[in-house]
Amino acid sequence: MLLQVKDLNAHYGPSHVLQGINLNIAEGELVALMGRNGMGKSTTLKSIMGLVKPTSGSVMFQGQEVAGLPPYKVALAGIGFVPEERRIFPELSVLDNLKLGIKGGKIKNPNDPNTWTIERIFHHFPKLAERTQQPGGRLSGGEQQMLAMGRSLMGNPKLLLVDEPTEGLAPIMVQEVRNVLEEINKAGVSVLLVEHNMKVALSLAHRVYLMSKACIGCEAAPVEVRDNHELRAKYLEA
Amino acid sequence: MDPTVAMYVSQGIHGLAYGMILFLIASGLNIIFGMMGILNLAHAVFFMLGAYLCYAIVGLTGNFWLGLLIAPVLVAMLGIVMERVFLRYAKNVGHFGELILTMGIGSIIVAVIKMIWGTENKPLPVPEQLQGMVNLFGMSYPVYRLFVIGLSLLILVLMMLLLYRTRLGKIVRAAVSDREMVNALGININLVFMFVFGVGTWMAGVAGVAIAPILTVFPGLSDQLGMDAFIVVVTGGLGSLPGAFIVSIIFGFLSSYGVQFMSQFAPVLMVMFMAVVLAIKPAGLFGSRG
Repeated sequence: MLLQVKDLNAHYGPSHVLQGINLNIAEGELVALMGRNGMGKSTTLKSIMGLVKPTSGSVMFQGQEVAGLPPYKVALAGIGFVPEERRIFPELSVLDNLKLGIKGGKIKNPNDPNTWTIERIFHHFPKLAERTQQPGGRLSGGEQQMLAMGRSLMGNPKLLLVDEPTEGLAPIMVQEVRNVLEEINKAGVSVLLVEHNMKVALSLAHRVYLMSKACIGCEAAPVEVRDNHELRAKYLEA
Repeated sequence: MDPTVAMYVSQGIHGLAYGMILFLIASGLNIIFGMMGILNLAHAVFFMLGAYLCYAIVGLTGNFWLGLLIAPVLVAMLGIVMERVFLRYAKNVGHFGELILTMGIGSIIVAVIKMIWGTENKPLPVPEQLQGMVNLFGMSYPVYRLFVIGLSLLILVLMMLLLYRTRLGKIVRAAVSDREMVNALGININLVFMFVFGVGTWMAGVAGVAIAPILTVFPGLSDQLGMDAFIVVVTGGLGSLPGAFIVSIIFGFLSSYGVQFMSQFAPVLMVMFMAVVLAIKPAGLFGSRG
C-alpha cells in the first residue's frame, strides 16, 4: 500500500471533525472521497497533509509514519497537495508559481522521462505555456486549477491530494481538468480526489469512499455508486 | 548660487537622509508584519540597540566601519533568538499575545541599555573619511548625509534584487499571500520566518548605526524614530514596501522643511498627513488590509 490511514482523528477546538478515518490507496490508484458538504472530506486531506494536526491515529506513507509531521515534511516525503480554491500565489508569475513547487529548488534526475519538469508540465498544460510571465492572479479559474496541479507535480509527488478541482469552472474546463487528472494518474501518480461532480468523480475513480458525518461510511466501486440509489440517497443526495 | 536655493537643497538632503533611515526601519517592520502578521513592537528598540552596539564597538576599536558591519548582525542575531525562542510559542495566544510579548522584550532591552550605558546622550563622531562637506555643482553638501542616502539606496536595491530575483525572495513573496500553501509545497516555513525576521531586524540595526552620528545615542532614540516608523507603516499601508518607501521620503521632507518654515507645527505635520491619508484611504496609501 502506498498510503494507509488508520483510525485518524482530528479536532477543531471542541468539535471532533474526523472520527476514526480509515482508508488505503495502492500505487497507481485514483480514489475518490465523496460525501455531502461539511462531512470532513477536505479536513481528511488536510490532516493527511499535516495542515490540520491529527489528534490521534496513523498515516503511513510508503512505510513511513507521517501523521503529526509539519506539512513541508509530508510534502518532502512525496505527497502533493492541490487545495480547494487553488491558492495560487497571485503576485508571482506562472513560471515562478511552478518553480516554487520544485523541492529544494532543483529537480532531481531531470532527464528521467518519469520526472516532472517545466517542459513536461507545459506539454500536459499547454495553456500555461502561453502565459509563463503573467501573474498567477490574472489567470482564469480553469487556468489557475491547471497551475495549482502543475505546481504540485513539480515536486514529483507519488501521491496527489486533490480537493474540488472542478468547483466553479465552466463545463468545458471541467472536462479538461478531468482529462488532465486522468493523464496524471496514467503517468503513474496516485490520486486521492475530493470531487462534488459525480460524473467526473465516477468516471475517474477506481474506488470510492463515501463519507458521512466525520467518518467514512463505506467503500464502493464507482458503478455501485452510480447504480445504487439507496447508497446515493444515504451519502450524496441532499 | 543663490543662498535661498542653497538652503532649500541642503534641507532637502537632510530630509532625504532622514526619510531613508525611516524607510530602513519601516521596511523591516513592514516585511515582518506582511509575512508573519506580527506587529513587532520591539522593532524600534532593535534599531536603537544597533546605535548602542555601534557606539560600544567604536569605543573598543575606534573603528566606525567595524561598528557598521558588526552591530546590525548582532541585532539580527538577537531578533532571530526572539523569534525562535519566544514568538514561535506565542502564536497560540494570538496577535494580542505577540504584541504584549514584543513590547515586553523591548522594555527589557531598553532597561538593560540604561543599566549599561546610562541615560545621557553618547556622542558618536562621524568617521573621519565622511567628515566635512563636498562640493558638487557649486554647492557644498555634508558628506555623511550623502553617505547615509547612498547606503540606504544600496540596501533598498539589494532587498529588491533579493525579493524579485532569487528563489528565497519569491518564497517570501509567496508566503506573504499564503504561508500555509508554501509550507505544503515542501518549504520549511519556519526557516523562512527566521530569515525574514533576521533581515528585518538587521535593517533596523543598520538604521541605528546610520543615525547615531547625526542624532547621538540616547535611550529616547527608539521612541523618537519608532513612532515615526509606525506612522510610516500605517500611512503607507501595512505590508506594502512601496508604500513605506514613498511615505518615508515624504515624511523626511515634511520634517526637514517643516522645521525650516513652520517650526512650531513641524512635530504634528506627519500626524496630520497620516490623518488625511487614513481619512481617505483607511488601509493606507498602498494597503490592502482593512
